[in-house]
Amino acid sequence: MIRFDYVRANSVAEAVTALSSPGTRALAGGTNLVDLMKYDVMKPRRVVDINRLPLKDISERESGGLRIGALVTNTALAWDARVAKRYPLLASAILAGASPQLRNAATTGGNLLQRTRCYYFYDTSTPCNKREPGSGCSAIGGLNRIHAILGASNSCIAVHPSDMCVALAALDAEVEVVGPQGVRTIPFPEFHRLPGDDPQQDNTMQADELITAVILPPANFGRNHTYLKVRDRLSYAFALVSVAAALEMRDGIVRDARVALGGVAHKPWRDNEAEDLLNGERPDETTFRAFAERLMRDAKGQGHNDFKIELARRTILRALMQAAAGTPQNQSDKVIR
Amino acid sequence: MDTPKIEIALTVNGVRHDIAVAPWETLLDVLRERLHLTGSKKGCDQGQCGACTVLVDGERINSCLALVVSRDGAAITTVEGLAEGGELHPLQAAFIEHDAFQCGYCTPGQLCSGVALLHEGRVHTREDIRELMSGNLCRCGAYTNIADAIETVLDRQNAGREAAE
Repeated sequence: MIRFDYVRANSVAEAVTALSSPGTRALAGGTNLVDLMKYDVMKPRRVVDINRLPLKDISERESGGLRIGALVTNTALAWDARVAKRYPLLASAILAGASPQLRNAATTGGNLLQRTRCYYFYDTSTPCNKREPGSGCSAIGGLNRIHAILGASNSCIAVHPSDMCVALAALDAEVEVVGPQGVRTIPFPEFHRLPGDDPQQDNTMQADELITAVILPPANFGRNHTYLKVRDRLSYAFALVSVAAALEMRDGIVRDARVALGGVAHKPWRDNEAEDLLNGERPDETTFRAFAERLMRDAKGQGHNDFKIELARRTILRALMQAAAGTPQNQSDKVIR
Repeated sequence: MDTPKIEIALTVNGVRHDIAVAPWETLLDVLRERLHLTGSKKGCDQGQCGACTVLVDGERINSCLALVVSRDGAAITTVEGLAEGGELHPLQAAFIEHDAFQCGYCTPGQLCSGVALLHEGRVHTREDIRELMSGNLCRCGAYTNIADAIETVLDRQNAGREAAE
């Protein structure tokens, strides 16, 4: 591993000050940063250890939602009684990802900041615009079975690897960040970004900002939700395609549909216009098929990942059937019903 | 780089160690190379295999991905700390009973992970065992016997609990 300096922050203000020094990275659980540092993919001159900061609480908001501190571990979040009861979609998505060991160390803020698992991003002997801007994209025309089918650019076809973030996108979460100018709140769709010509930028945070919390608004879809993840093996693998679906139903009619996709783009994918196709409709296969078709309208394969387009259509349909029936995917018993 | 070493304290298997570490040293490397506790294994060194699993303040983590400096003050249990007074932990005994290993390289991680799983209390089905042990790979493919060993200890735990009620 590279050599670097270490500083421990005792307050959020101290952490923000430390981050304003170029080449400094925040260290929380370390499950991705340390991994990338071992590969020389990320080479911070200094890490600021934020693990002592008071960001480990899940608290009630007056408006009815929850505020999740950035250092709440994935395990603590997934098994929290309030989350399990009110946001089971989020708990399910978290438990679909990684392993118990990783979830015990990985944090809420860190999960949002995960880097892509594109093989070329990890392989420092190959060009990669995300790692070395301007060097080229090896995945375009290379091995691209796991890559994006939506929102990619000529610079980058990487996908965001998180499961948790797919649920947060469906839940209309917000991200609270603190920087030298104070606190600001970023709506989830604006937090991660598409690669465009700047794939080195995964998100819209500034280098001297720190995530302090994720905010969850109240959710009203009862049991009509699911997190359905399709991958190469049954557990402990990144999604080829995943779908977070939540349907607010009244009198047998869909009143508010939220559908977010993972494994298909540089960010969790949502299409509000397509979702409007579901609102006011009966939750049947014909409606869901038309919706899946619409969501994939602009999908583009890269060769090896062409299969993802049809896989995504089918996963969307199946997820919406599960959500409509109120039978969420079980994350231990992997049979997809 | 001239970064001075940082003084930290770790309690490992009940013994306190005051040591000076570099920022880039992982918990796994310190356990193996500095404290000579070589039970925890370096398999992939990337958080993918689970052979380095140890308990930190009672929770299982991949020690290869933990910068030790960030774990200052923690209580660590490694496979060397599972037995008590020469008596194997019930899960260790069950691994022998069920032949839950072949080459043994993943076993320390499997044991630490399994012991944590028994404490977590989140297993209700056989599928839960497989899912919640998925962070520990076994190249020999002893998964069925590993799950059997864990199931046996869980059943005994539950029987003991029912008897007490």
